[in-house]
Amino acid sequence: MTDAPNAMQPTRRQLLARIGIAAGSVAMYQAMTRMGHAAGTDFTAPPSLTGAKPGTSVIVLGAGLSGMLAAYELRRAGYNVRVLEYQNRSGGRNFTLRGGDTLTELGGYTQKCEFASGNYINPGPWRIPYHHQAILHYCRTLGVALEPFIEVNHNAYLHDTKSFGGEPQRYRKILGDFTGQTAELLAKAINQKDLDLPVTAEEKHDILAAMRGWGLLDENYTYGGPMASLRRGYDKPPGAGPNGAAIPSTALPRAAVMKSGLWQYLAFNMSNDVQTTMFQPVGGMDMIGRAFAKQVNDIVTHNVKVTNIRQDSTGVTIAYIDSVKGGAPQTAHADYCVCTIPLPVLSQLDIQVSEAMKSAIAAVPYHSSVKVGLEFKRRFWEEDDQIYGGITFTDMPISVMSYPSTGYFSKGPAVMLGAYMFGAAAYDFAGMEPQARVQAALEQGAKIHKQYPAEFANGVGVAWSRMPWTLGCCSMWAEEARKLHYKTLTTMDGRIVLAGEHASYVGCWQEGALLSSLSAITQLHQRAVQAI
Amino acid sequence: MRALLPLLLLSATPALADSAANLTHAVTADTGAAVFQHVCQGCHMPGGRGASGAGAFPALAHNAKLENAGYPISMVLNGHGGMPWFNGVLTPTQIADVLNYVRTHFGNNYTDKITPADVTAAAGPPPVLER
Repeated sequence: MTDAPNAMQPTRRQLLARIGIAAGSVAMYQAMTRMGHAAGTDFTAPPSLTGAKPGTSVIVLGAGLSGMLAAYELRRAGYNVRVLEYQNRSGGRNFTLRGGDTLTELGGYTQKCEFASGNYINPGPWRIPYHHQAILHYCRTLGVALEPFIEVNHNAYLHDTKSFGGEPQRYRKILGDFTGQTAELLAKAINQKDLDLPVTAEEKHDILAAMRGWGLLDENYTYGGPMASLRRGYDKPPGAGPNGAAIPSTALPRAAVMKSGLWQYLAFNMSNDVQTTMFQPVGGMDMIGRAFAKQVNDIVTHNVKVTNIRQDSTGVTIAYIDSVKGGAPQTAHADYCVCTIPLPVLSQLDIQVSEAMKSAIAAVPYHSSVKVGLEFKRRFWEEDDQIYGGITFTDMPISVMSYPSTGYFSKGPAVMLGAYMFGAAAYDFAGMEPQARVQAALEQGAKIHKQYPAEFANGVGVAWSRMPWTLGCCSMWAEEARKLHYKTLTTMDGRIVLAGEHASYVGCWQEGALLSSLSAITQLHQRAVQAI
Repeated sequence: MRALLPLLLLSATPALADSAANLTHAVTADTGAAVFQHVCQGCHMPGGRGASGAGAFPALAHNAKLENAGYPISMVLNGHGGMPWFNGVLTPTQIADVLNYVRTHFGNNYTDKITPADVTAAAGPPPVLER
């Protein structure tokens, strides 16, 4: 092969595109991430809100994380703050179900959680990326203890009902085989003497060395020898004594690996959003909501159903009724309003804002999502399967199963996340009665863990579209809606400013709720200090 | 192409949600009743009776807004407020089937048939879900 002249040398992007075509998107993705698009949110520190005029009042609608953060920071800045909340508790979507809790959803279905003491499920947010600096900052500030959340577990399963006879495969095997087989293809393609690749001899040398080391290839650039077991594991692991030698395992057929699509879960786990290290609060996600509530609950009024929101030159007036008892409408008045009401609810309220803002409020539907928590009599995933935390992915509707990232090796009952889905599967599960969701999760999960039927104790199934206070899981932005409506949605409209994950580019994460709240109160403060 | 889309979506989605990756399943329901059960009743409730909390899911039962076919076609295709768009999510046939089902059940008796062609004619390009 003659290496192409310099003028023909590929740009880095062209080379990447070629790697992508030849080797599949994972190699492409890895090469890209090395070029450094290190992400993370833009939080650095809470805003400094100095110079608030004494007596200036703010009503915050909603005591979820964005509302409570607004209340916390505005009160610290000297504002006179009051929070109105629909539910009988603070925290919003930051909540945790434990034994003894009841959950009533739209349609009147009530579930009683029967988990053993100490066990819980986080039906909403359940993990925190290391780069979500705002929520980590407030966890530190408010004293919320965090522990690692295991996202990637090489011994958990990847499962495709149409591949490998429906048998789940250990993550490490798919990782080893997909990586090795991809590296082998690329090495062999680039090594073809008659292939006139415009890559310099030096770069070719580098790529071959990389593919060999990265893919665990032998000296002939072939994958699948005994060395592959270093990554995918052994049929008989090494031990001691006369028969201590390991017996290597055999790679899965390349065509089947490629066709299975299981690589997509490897790719998913490479996303910056779920990269190591992830965290969870010790004891349940609602430890964060509780920590905020401890700061602001003295100014929160619960069981308030807002019916309309008006503003004029003198301030904002909120009309509301008691969400439990009903009764005569009441009003609350303040100079300004931070409104964190979820958009599916807000879009049905009579709110006095610009037509453009009304259009924006109506332009963002929410995802449907369902989680099922299953309590089992023992940690069979640890005791029988050596799975400690992490996630099993499947193409069955349950989509995601996750093992507790805490309490390892403990005796007695433990809770798994038995299903977590969006999209069509979520619509389907949301339409079931709660115990039918649990039953469906059991039936599907048993195809991966045979211990399910014998070890099952009880379960809960939470459908976000049926939560009376949010009517959905989180914002579902279309690109067109973002272009048309985002600026309007996030810009203060007279005396009213919106906050919540929907009013951010970090949608569906708690970080988005906090960042939008900080943006909202900064705008509010700027306007308030300028007011005559 | 349609079958490929979910895979592409997933592989390129950097955890759009605190969610996993799963927007991957296509709706396979193939009758109006099945689409209603597997898609609609998660919000509109069994029997289309609707529900009310901080906000409401409108009842589809006894709903006079279903009389003029153009309104429900547009609502299902484009969504509005809490209602998501189904243009590009359900097929025109699934949309026609479920509308014909709802318009002749739950106390509704609007017997003029909506065809997949009616749905297609009303559909613009499907919204593109953000990554």
